[in-house]
Amino acid sequence: MIAPIPVSLLVNGEQVDAAVQPRLNLADFLRDNLKLTGTHIGCEHGVCGACTVRIDGEIVRSCLTLAVQAHGTAIETIEGLSDSGEIADLQAAFRERNALQCGYCTPGMLITAQDLLQQTAMPDRRAIREHLSGNYCRCTGYQAIVDAVEATARARAERSA
Amino acid sequence: MKAAAFAYARATSVVNALELLAAHGDRAKVLSGGQSLMPTMNLRLISPDIVVDIGGLRELRGIAVKGDVLVIGALTRHADLLNSPEVAAHAPLLRDAVTHVAHPAIRNRGTIGGSLAHADPASELPACIVALDATIVVRGSGGERRIAATEFFKGIYETALSSQELLVAVEIPVAAEGSTFFFQEYARRHGDYAIVGLAAHAVVRDGMFADLRLGFFAVGDRPLLASAARTLVDVAITSAALAEAAVTLASELDPQEDQQASSAMRRHLAKVLLVRCVATLLSRPELATGVAR
Ligand SMILES: Cc1cc2nc3c(=O)[nH]c(=O)nc-3n(C[C@H](O)[C@H](O)[C@H](O)COP(=O)(O)OP(=O)(O)OC[C@H]3O[C@@H](n4cnc5c(N)ncnc54)[C@H](O)[C@@H]3O)c2cc1C
Ligand code: FES
Repeated sequence: MIAPIPVSLLVNGEQVDAAVQPRLNLADFLRDNLKLTGTHIGCEHGVCGACTVRIDGEIVRSCLTLAVQAHGTAIETIEGLSDSGEIADLQAAFRERNALQCGYCTPGMLITAQDLLQQTAMPDRRAIREHLSGNYCRCTGYQAIVDAVEATARARAERSA
Repeated sequence: MKAAAFAYARATSVVNALELLAAHGDRAKVLSGGQSLMPTMNLRLISPDIVVDIGGLRELRGIAVKGDVLVIGALTRHADLLNSPEVAAHAPLLRDAVTHVAHPAIRNRGTIGGSLAHADPASELPACIVALDATIVVRGSGGERRIAATEFFKGIYETALSSQELLVAVEIPVAAEGSTFFFQEYARRHGDYAIVGLAAHAVVRDGMFADLRLGFFAVGDRPLLASAARTLVDVAITSAALAEAAVTLASELDPQEDQQASSAMRRHLAKVLLVRCVATLLSRPELATGVAR
């Protein structure tokens, strides 16, 4: 048996201290140990994007990150982004435009779309598609998702003008 | 699937990492960004006994110009290459290529050292560093080795690195006066591994190539520096000369057949890229019509 390794990190602003097996990936740590089940697991090899979270402000695949690698970092999950109200307008736009059906990809889509909107105030549809290219959706056909992100960008630009 | 159990060691320095590798030999795997290692472990294609995490070693991170070389630390992430003014100024080929490497969340963790050590023949960065005539700096317990990029790649996922060595940096000659670059690939979807791609570096003088290096990828078991380029240097380029170079190119390729493309399709696409590349670099669009239709 391999000895567990101590880790300390911030998750959605709260200090978490735990001892984990090296093989435990961050997605499983968030879901099983912390019961933050908004982070979804689709493929476990980096292809689908359902497990996207933020580490120190940057989006990453939590299925390709070990929990031990997250030691000393600040993690934000969809629960954190949702509770803080940071993406309330984006979530509303997804709802209004039917940009989700089963909802499995939605947490990853929202986090990835918010990442783009933070970097680029008014991305065009090509830039939106490119930024979301690593996130699979098997229901919507993507058009509604691109619509929702575009509408949110426009609304934010109008608000700040 | 999930990775099988393994022990984990967080290296505290390059020397410490090398000690760990020396102690565990083939049973250890180096972890940088994990964007190729973790998928392979999760799919249980490999199950190392111990993972040596070098991700925290600041000494391996960063981009600097030293004299006439651009030095890129092994842990420099794809996202760092994309945003670096030094890369944009001295090796813009890398910036152009990185936009095709995977997706933003993967580019935030994947590193240049990991990409080169992984040596996927369909990967963009290995072909770029071959085209850029770079040198790979490797450290082992016995000291440092410098390996020409053209000598580094040995086959599918195979390199000149031993299991007890670390890739520590890449040295790229800064772009000379008159340098131009070309990068294009065919992929099913933006960010996917390429079906066929070309990373090229040329020096153009008086409408002719004074130098031309063509780094093709996904056309064989490793990035290929096409010798067909030699037939195009220091000569006036005509459609006929270009058609002949395309034939030479097709004969030196050994493309694989897989679900994405037959080898004949890969040969064809490589020829199309060659023609487009030459037409673009010489600003002669008429060359792009007429050959390899
Ligand atoms: C969905 C998906 C799509 C992708 N698409 C592309 C793509 O289109 N093009 C592309 O090029 N790549 C692609 N990648 C791979 C990505 O670019 C990886 O970042 C890269 O191949 C490996 O870098 P890493 O730092 O993550 O290395 P790791 O995964 O940490 O390591 C990879 C291998 O190299 C070894 N290694 C790592 N660093 C060193 C070192 N310094 N010295 C010696 N050995 C070392 C490891 O032991 C391991 O065997 C994709 C990945 C995913 C998950
Ligand atoms: S579960 Fe992580 S990318 Fe699919």
